[in-house]
Amino acid sequence: MLVQGITGKEGSFHTNQMISYGTQVVAGVTPSKGGQKNVNDIPIFNTVANAKKETGANTSIVFVPPSFAADACLECIDAELDLIICITEGIPTKDMVSVKNALEHSHVRMIGPNCPGIITPGVAKIGIMPGFIHKPYGNVGVISRSGTLTYEAVHQLSCANIGQTTCIGIGGDPIIGTTFIDLLALFKEDPETEGVVIIGEIGGTAEEEAAEWIQKNNFSKPVVAFIAGQTAPSGRRMGHAGAIISKGKGTAADKMKFLRSLSIKVCDSPAEIGISMKTLLDKRITS
Amino acid sequence: MKIHEYQGKSLFRNAGVLVPNGFPAFSVEEAVEAVDKLNTDTVVVKAQIHAGGRGKGGGIKLAIGKEEVRQRADNMLGMNLVTHQTGPTGKQVQRLLIEEASDIIRELYAGIVLDRSRGRFVFMVSTEGGVEIEEVAAETPDKIIKEWINPNADMRSYQARKLAFSLGLEGAQVKHAIKTFLALWNVFRDYDCSLIEINPLVITKSDEIIALDSKINFDDNALFRHKEIQEMRDLSEEEPSEIEADKYNLNYIKLDGTVGCMVNGAGLAMATMDIIKLHGGDPANFLDVGGVANADTVAHGFKIILSDPNVKSILINIFGGIVRCDRVAQGVIDALSRIDVHVPVIIRLEGTNAESASELLKSAEQDFIIAVNLEDAAKKAVQYAN
Repeated sequence: MLVQGITGKEGSFHTNQMISYGTQVVAGVTPSKGGQKNVNDIPIFNTVANAKKETGANTSIVFVPPSFAADACLECIDAELDLIICITEGIPTKDMVSVKNALEHSHVRMIGPNCPGIITPGVAKIGIMPGFIHKPYGNVGVISRSGTLTYEAVHQLSCANIGQTTCIGIGGDPIIGTTFIDLLALFKEDPETEGVVIIGEIGGTAEEEAAEWIQKNNFSKPVVAFIAGQTAPSGRRMGHAGAIISKGKGTAADKMKFLRSLSIKVCDSPAEIGISMKTLLDKRITS
Repeated sequence: MKIHEYQGKSLFRNAGVLVPNGFPAFSVEEAVEAVDKLNTDTVVVKAQIHAGGRGKGGGIKLAIGKEEVRQRADNMLGMNLVTHQTGPTGKQVQRLLIEEASDIIRELYAGIVLDRSRGRFVFMVSTEGGVEIEEVAAETPDKIIKEWINPNADMRSYQARKLAFSLGLEGAQVKHAIKTFLALWNVFRDYDCSLIEINPLVITKSDEIIALDSKINFDDNALFRHKEIQEMRDLSEEEPSEIEADKYNLNYIKLDGTVGCMVNGAGLAMATMDIIKLHGGDPANFLDVGGVANADTVAHGFKIILSDPNVKSILINIFGGIVRCDRVAQGVIDALSRIDVHVPVIIRLEGTNAESASELLKSAEQDFIIAVNLEDAAKKAVQYAN
């Protein structure tokens, strides 16, 4: 994989962290710094196309500042990479509308933006999450719109002795590349994943759409959901650009009610995510 | 970011959307002068606050002649306007818009928002103008007509035409509506709006289409490229503690409860508020301190939380990933030795270096309560607040 914005403070720090975790970082991209090497001796290129051609990288993690991030993502789509992980927070919505459209007309998958990235514990991480809280070679997948709340959920799973197959932060923005549904479809086909944790929050209808998908596609693996923002006021952006109740729509209460109406286990408390999954998995074994 | 009606109308006017002639007024004198500048005696005095439902709350009044305008303006300026959107405390009126009254034959609705599911902006119109559009959406959704904007192109003329005919417009009205819709889209696109709403958009006796109201919100993430919009920000519409927090890059939203919260990450901050509520307390705020929880950040966080007199206890919940818990712990200890925190502080640190953080906290002189997990933290914070 390659790192866009590898010479920046964040990009540089996390490149080192990812390499330590076992991720194969083969290139960096910072315009006008092509030909140089970063502190980890990773070659830097001026363009994504060049980096791909010279190193064979098929994935990019984007640490580019918000005003240039959409352009960086479009560059990856143009270079026909397989996967983009966009960490950047604060990309203008109008820019993301263009990126989303370009993604729909390509074969590129994008995770984020405004997300912690993706990790397969014990194998590799492309993101900024702390690796050590994860438990490798497990049987539960995690999909989340949040960052640190994902770590909280993963930590609870690990404490309950439940390892994770893959954990994905899909991002807290109103427009994101990969949705709950896209990933549920992948987890459905993944023989190692036996259960899925979904962490949603106020704003939009992504959780409801995921729940409908689960029902329509006979997704038989246990699902535990938590929706953050039960106490959030209406009309206020709760940190994440996408976490806003607009005109009474997108409340946690509505989402929880809807998910429960489709028989999905929804935790009231964020402290019960791990234990709820354990209960469901144990029930599956005994029955 | 939100702006006032009169500011929105100036953007509309510049883009070629017809709006009634009018002038903002910050004083009674300016309100009376505005009547002189308008070629009419019949005007509307409109309170300018960032909330809807002003009419029902007494914030929109018809006035005939300068004397009545003076009276209305005098009553309205400084009044506490309560609407269904302001909450029970209401908002103080500090600005007025004085504009000419219009001869209305029909009231319509027009709006542009992001359709999150489709990843596109959507232009909506309805024949049911002048009423709450949420009610129309809930009761008669087929009365809202939508056109999605192609991300690679602008709104097309045919789309504006479809909308105009679907509203049952005729003759010159159609031409005027098309021009108005295309101009509204231009405003939305050019200024990175997140919402435009005109309710009502009216047809006058002379078949003109006029934006009688304007509601515009902007995408905060795009404000960096719109200096002229940033200058329209009215700080008096915002919570002083939130403006203060913004200076330190802290994401703070004031709420009505008694348990102050300081958390890293927006999702975890919301979840912390939720678990406080589940254990019988009420969160006093949302506060995301972000990735850097050092002594300065924590100290600023304490000051902002404590500026709210309702706060009876403070819960610090940090999940250290890249942020090391021992550094956060040291930050909390340093902050507590620098500023006077007169309410109980409950700390829960988990993640990177949590154990050495716990040692640090235990051996510190300062008085605080250490929680072992999220649930324990919430219980203790609520218990101390009560």
